[in-house]
Amino acid sequence: MSNLKASLSMLQNTAILQYLMRGVVFTLIISVIAVGFGILIGSVLALVRNYCNSGRTRIFRIIATVYIEVFRNTPLLLWIFICLVFCPTPFFLNRKMFGLNSAADVKLLFKGAVALILFTSSVIAEIVRGGLNSVAQGQFEAGYSQGFNTVQVMIYIILPQAYRNIIPTLLSQVITTIKDSSYLANVAVIELMARTKQIMSSANRYNGTGVINVSDVFVLFGFACVIYFAINFTLSCVVRHMQKRMKEGAKRPADVVAAR
Amino acid sequence: MSGIFSASAWLKVWTYRATFLHGLATTVQTAILAILLAMVIGIVLGLFATGHNPVLKAISRVYVEFVQNTPVMLQLCFLYYALAFSGHSIGIIRTGIVSLGIYHGAYMAEVIRAGIEAIPKGQFEAAQSQGFGYFGEMYYIILPQSIKIILPPMVNQVVNLIKNTSCLYIIGGTDLISLTYSFVTGATTGGAYGPAYLVSGVLFFVICFPLSKLASTWESRLKQRDQRVVVAGRGSTGAPQN
Repeated sequence: MSNLKASLSMLQNTAILQYLMRGVVFTLIISVIAVGFGILIGSVLALVRNYCNSGRTRIFRIIATVYIEVFRNTPLLLWIFICLVFCPTPFFLNRKMFGLNSAADVKLLFKGAVALILFTSSVIAEIVRGGLNSVAQGQFEAGYSQGFNTVQVMIYIILPQAYRNIIPTLLSQVITTIKDSSYLANVAVIELMARTKQIMSSANRYNGTGVINVSDVFVLFGFACVIYFAINFTLSCVVRHMQKRMKEGAKRPADVVAAR
Repeated sequence: MSGIFSASAWLKVWTYRATFLHGLATTVQTAILAILLAMVIGIVLGLFATGHNPVLKAISRVYVEFVQNTPVMLQLCFLYYALAFSGHSIGIIRTGIVSLGIYHGAYMAEVIRAGIEAIPKGQFEAAQSQGFGYFGEMYYIILPQSIKIILPPMVNQVVNLIKNTSCLYIIGGTDLISLTYSFVTGATTGGAYGPAYLVSGVLFFVICFPLSKLASTWESRLKQRDQRVVVAGRGSTGAPQN
């Protein structure tokens, strides 16, 4: 019991709490950035994979397909390790920033984020492709018949519908990316997972008993679990709500037909 | 590119090929056992979720929500350190199998739940009217129909599980990724970054790509057949064709 009290006292230590909360902020920012860039790169990949069919543009389609398949079928950790070695960092990141301890950490953050972006964009490419395929073929024909060219049809007719269809899936990809960002804990102490593990490994200095007890494990990792769960569960509730509304929206036209 | 074209780096990888094969064996072994555990958890919880007992339903829901909304890395570390500091350590590989099984079991449960819920309600009622018990109904009527809906996403989960064996690195595992990393950073073996990462990436790709390809062809073929049935059903002439 006294061990548990000692472990809980760590969570009353404002310095530790602040340290962990900064980790939460990093987790969220990294994930949002990864999904944001993922949507950009993923959309390009999806468009290229879906519509570059004619002779000369075929090569781009092959490149996009290979990119998507390679990233989808290899682990994220491999790409984090690869970016650690091969990814160049821009010179302006070569100093202490964002409240991190050293310039090396800033570089690691950049490289880790690049790996996460590359990995996430391959997943999002497939999501966007699903959205594009869900748009009825007649929409293209309708667009062309109104005198739009291919680019205009894409921008004004197809993409808005495709994106609207995949908003819930993209949001659940944010959940996945928040979970995936914990893989950065393998190489750097920046986000929540890594910070929790770091405090865990020196819990004997913070809990006042001089040794690491099993209650420390439960308190610290349990705390991190609660944070991850709170964030992700809220998001998944939003996703479910949206899916329900979309289903009802899709049902309505059919009901009208049935009523007639 | 850190020796991706250098013969000596490739020679180094070739000399230490046993390391990669050992890592591959560990990854495959961990993955297979974890898949079996995940299947068992998934089937039990999937049946709980589609059954009529509200307590079992709630257990399944809470388990799935909790596990799906926390990272597998955190669960693995939690399990490993909790066992280690309470003096019940069961070894790195076994911890990995258990925690990957727990994590993907939740996803399997959702896949199986969705598969069973996709079966029209009339099938359940028909089975009950013929006097089938719960297990007879599931075994003879429902599962044979839902298996084709379940299999493609299940194979996708298997692919994800194989990729997730890489999280063993954080507790010092000997899976493919961990051994690759210790190979490229080792004092005597280090430096051959390009070839080593390429080899380990190719090994993963060779395992995962056929599986995910299988899942996606399966899925699209299923979708095509469903569409054909719908179209045939709508047309005034001709019976539904499969």
